[in-house]
Amino acid sequence: MIQENERKVAVPGEILAEGEDYLPGEWTEKREGKIYSLKYGLVEESGKLVKIIPLSGTYTPRRGNVIIGKVENITFNGWVIDIGAADNAFLSLMEVPRYVNKDALEEVMGIGDMVIAKIWSINKRGIDLSLKSRGLGVIDEGVVFEINPNKVPRVIGKEGSMIKLIKDETGCNITVGQNGAILINGDSIENELLAKKAIIHISDKSYIKGLTEEMENFFKENKREQSLKEEKN
Amino acid sequence: MVEFKRSDGRKLDEMREIEARVNIIPNADGSAMYRSGDTIAIAAVYGPKKMHPQHQQNPAKGVLRCTYNMMSFSVSDRIKPGINRRSTEISKITEWALEPVVMLDDFPGQVVDVFIHIIQADAGTRCAGINAASMALAHAGVPMKDLVNSISVGKLDKTLVIDLTKEEEDFEEGEGPTDIPISMTKEGQVTHFQLDGKIGANQLKEVMDMAKKACDKVYGIQKEALKNSLK
Repeated sequence: MIQENERKVAVPGEILAEGEDYLPGEWTEKREGKIYSLKYGLVEESGKLVKIIPLSGTYTPRRGNVIIGKVENITFNGWVIDIGAADNAFLSLMEVPRYVNKDALEEVMGIGDMVIAKIWSINKRGIDLSLKSRGLGVIDEGVVFEINPNKVPRVIGKEGSMIKLIKDETGCNITVGQNGAILINGDSIENELLAKKAIIHISDKSYIKGLTEEMENFFKENKREQSLKEEKN
Repeated sequence: MVEFKRSDGRKLDEMREIEARVNIIPNADGSAMYRSGDTIAIAAVYGPKKMHPQHQQNPAKGVLRCTYNMMSFSVSDRIKPGINRRSTEISKITEWALEPVVMLDDFPGQVVDVFIHIIQADAGTRCAGINAASMALAHAGVPMKDLVNSISVGKLDKTLVIDLTKEEEDFEEGEGPTDIPISMTKEGQVTHFQLDGKIGANQLKEVMDMAKKACDKVYGIQKEALKNSLK
């Protein structure tokens, strides 16, 4: 059903498969033996399961997600953090793995600071964050920018292949938040901007197959341009 | 009966030329343009996001909030833009037309904002607006059961015609004009039906058949526009 180099796109309400041989996956629904799409996105069949990979939409927080957020407010026992979802998240001072002076929370994190954190619980009252894990904490330097959160899996690639390629090509340290916020930390502005350009290129081309090869070409092209520029100088 | 002739030479069941596109407003979460002849509508969707003011929040399910507006230059005599009796009605009608397909249960306390602007008006603006909004919602990644397609059927004297223009809406002979905007899903479930004028029950059945056929065509164009935006 799916052609080799072009992925099948579904619109809401479209019939994806018929008959008892198929099971409805994410963003699909079974009505009277037919599987209907509930979202606009790419169709993926894995065995009997038919699911939709959405290409657009806002971020839905999930437990265990590592996210990059911004400190919105300071309360007497923690920080309120904007994670790009409809609800703000809360980071309790108990979840910070260092000594915190209760009278001077702003010494650890002030309003407007960016932080890498993990979602450890979602309940009726709200979203709770934690810093008790490796790689989490306040960001002190680097470039933070945002992409569509639905494109994060493509930026990371299969088993991190894509992000590894970008890291190797640019020599930058990259942290990808599941909410679409990305931190790039490199030794020069040029390399940081190249990594940013590469990630934006991925999010623009996220629907094509063979994206890793596309990115290899992207870096080759970029190197050629740069050497041309140097020759001119 | 004498064969009824339309001023622009269209057949009775022939719609105007339709053009549809998505992703026309980069800032929005989803956006679409729908053109039917000289009527052009654009729609932008923001959200789901937190509902403000807070007293309008619904803890049981999300809220769909539509805003319909005609641009001041959309008609030949300048129209005052913003909220008025007519735009309030059409905003509400659009909400009701789209609500049955949008899965708002997943977003308690949140709102999906839909802004519809009519850039150029030549009758059938509410239908164009609903069609554009339906595409923009899908493009924004809002979960939906189906797309909504909308068309207006008219009765000029005793003849049924589809997709009226402004000139036809102002028809004065015989029984005068009747305008019937209808919105439905692909499966033919009607989500919106208005009647401005007079019509018999038998003829109304004919209207529904005509509308269904036209909506199928609209659906095809909407679907194509969404799929082509990824090429």
